Amino acid sequence: MDQISDAIRAFILTEFLPGERPEDLTGDTPLITGGILDSLATIKLVSFLEEQYGVTFQAYETDVDHFNTVSDITSLVLSKLGPGRAR
Amino acid sequence: MIESSVQHLLDHAARRDPQHAAVEDPAHGSITYGDLSALSDRLRDRLVQCGVRPGDRVGIYLRKSIDAVASIFGALKAGGAYVPVDPWAPPARNAYILNDCAVTVAIVEKRFLEALRAELARLGRVPTLLVLDGTEGGRSLAAALEQADTGSAAPPAQTVTPASDDLAYVLYTSGSTGRPKGVMLSHRNALSFIDWCSDTFRPDASDRCSSHAPFHFDLSVLDLFMSIKHGATVVLIGEDVGKDPTHLASLMAERRLTIWYSAPSILSLLAQHGKLEQHDLAALRLVLFAGEVFPVKHLRALQRLLPHPRYVNLYGPTETNVCTSYEIPVPIPDGRTEPFPIGTTCAHLRTKVVDEQGREVPPGQEGELVVSGPGVMHGYWNLPEQSARAFFEDESAQWYRTGDVVVQAPDGTYTFLGRRDRMVKRRGYRVELGEIEARLYSHPNVKEAAVVALPDEEGATQIKAHLVWAADRAPSLIELKRFCAERLPLYMVPDVFSFHDGLPKTSTDKVDYQRLKDL
Repeated sequence: MDQISDAIRAFILTEFLPGERPEDLTGDTPLITGGILDSLATIKLVSFLEEQYGVTFQAYETDVDHFNTVSDITSLVLSKLGPGRAR
Repeated sequence: MIESSVQHLLDHAARRDPQHAAVEDPAHGSITYGDLSALSDRLRDRLVQCGVRPGDRVGIYLRKSIDAVASIFGALKAGGAYVPVDPWAPPARNAYILNDCAVTVAIVEKRFLEALRAELARLGRVPTLLVLDGTEGGRSLAAALEQADTGSAAPPAQTVTPASDDLAYVLYTSGSTGRPKGVMLSHRNALSFIDWCSDTFRPDASDRCSSHAPFHFDLSVLDLFMSIKHGATVVLIGEDVGKDPTHLASLMAERRLTIWYSAPSILSLLAQHGKLEQHDLAALRLVLFAGEVFPVKHLRALQRLLPHPRYVNLYGPTETNVCTSYEIPVPIPDGRTEPFPIGTTCAHLRTKVVDEQGREVPPGQEGELVVSGPGVMHGYWNLPEQSARAFFEDESAQWYRTGDVVVQAPDGTYTFLGRRDRMVKRRGYRVELGEIEARLYSHPNVKEAAVVALPDEEGATQIKAHLVWAADRAPSLIELKRFCAERLPLYMVPDVFSFHDGLPKTSTDKVDYQRLKDL
């Protein structure tokens, strides 16, 4: 779980928040409603997760109800990996 | 038959073939012409019961859905003008819009209700709110009407036949003074444009047309009303699928779309990430795009994947809807890199190029494009001075100033060169950089703010905010983006912020935007 959320945080910091202090991006920071993930950024993050973890996402899963925080995204990835495969 | 109003387009189509699918929502089912007409009649009755009178405004605060389409027609049938807001924009901005044009009723989805009501209360006036539990294939609207009827059923009302200059809708766009401004468009404006679409694209009842743009975006006028006029089927594309190229490509194939219309940005993404080669898109006959310049590199890539449809570049501000069009050759000749022209004037309008004094300039000389004719708006809601500035009159007509600088080739086609002011386009949306600055200035620590737009490496628009910050510690990027996202639509949130001790100034002590662009 920690590894996945760290990887997501690192990706967001590098790609969309260059220069930001890493500690300012927490598990609860709003990403979509906070103006950090726009549609293009969401596509990039989804491709990263699909390649990294071999999972796929439904369109509705990347909306504000499911994809708005690092915690939400981590849970979503974990639920797709299934109990035996969580790293 | 001569149509006198937008709402009659629906009723005529419903009479011709009530069983034909009018609207499909891939997530929530579909509705026939007969049922859509009946549902909008029921809403009309309820709206009249709630006090909506001809000329009143009705707010639509719903996600893209069959419920929203029925609400649009219900508002029109009651004689109202519909005012669609972006449900994902900040509630304070939407409340400002609904309050600015003094809607009599707003139709609101429950999930947005609490925040909206609080913002409206702060502005001092809460209109009647008709609340829907969700947006599910028209069933949510039907249920809300059912519930409203338990007190007493709304008595049947007549569908209003408006005068052709009566307003049909008010579309709010970014305003340079810091507040969104409402573009007032009449039934004549809409119908003259839709008639041009009919003549140009020859749609019929077998067409299946995309509705990709949100309803507050003027592209939706073509999507909805052209399709419904001809008894075709509108396929709604929700906000989630609409920005996701892989799912979008599957949807285009599964739904056998014949006509596509969107801003170029999503078509660029489809070409790059849509895996279009894995899908059968043989039904697609027409690809229309508008809202910004389509980089030739991506347009060529799209044509290589989809060589069979016709491609047409449509151009026009919300104030006129489409006013010029240009058919793109297939294939695009090798070696072409410069963007295609915006084309020639639509048959229902007149255009010309003028200099600063409003004098017509000859082909080959650059100037501002001005437009006249039945497609041109009536002005901006409640902004008489801005409305007056948008027009000038000469001996032949009243002309709308687009603010776009163009040049006309000897064969009559126009090429877009840029803007006279500080408006930019981002993913097809209009962005007034001044509106972003006005919101930034509302932050207590912002001493000075200047916002510029720069092309990124893909040719898309990047927005950069330059700030002079009053406090010792510069804010985090996360804090600043959040501050903006709570006050502006997401497409207006700056990508980059940079901090300075002072902003570069011209000799007249104005912000030197040219120098800022190089920083």
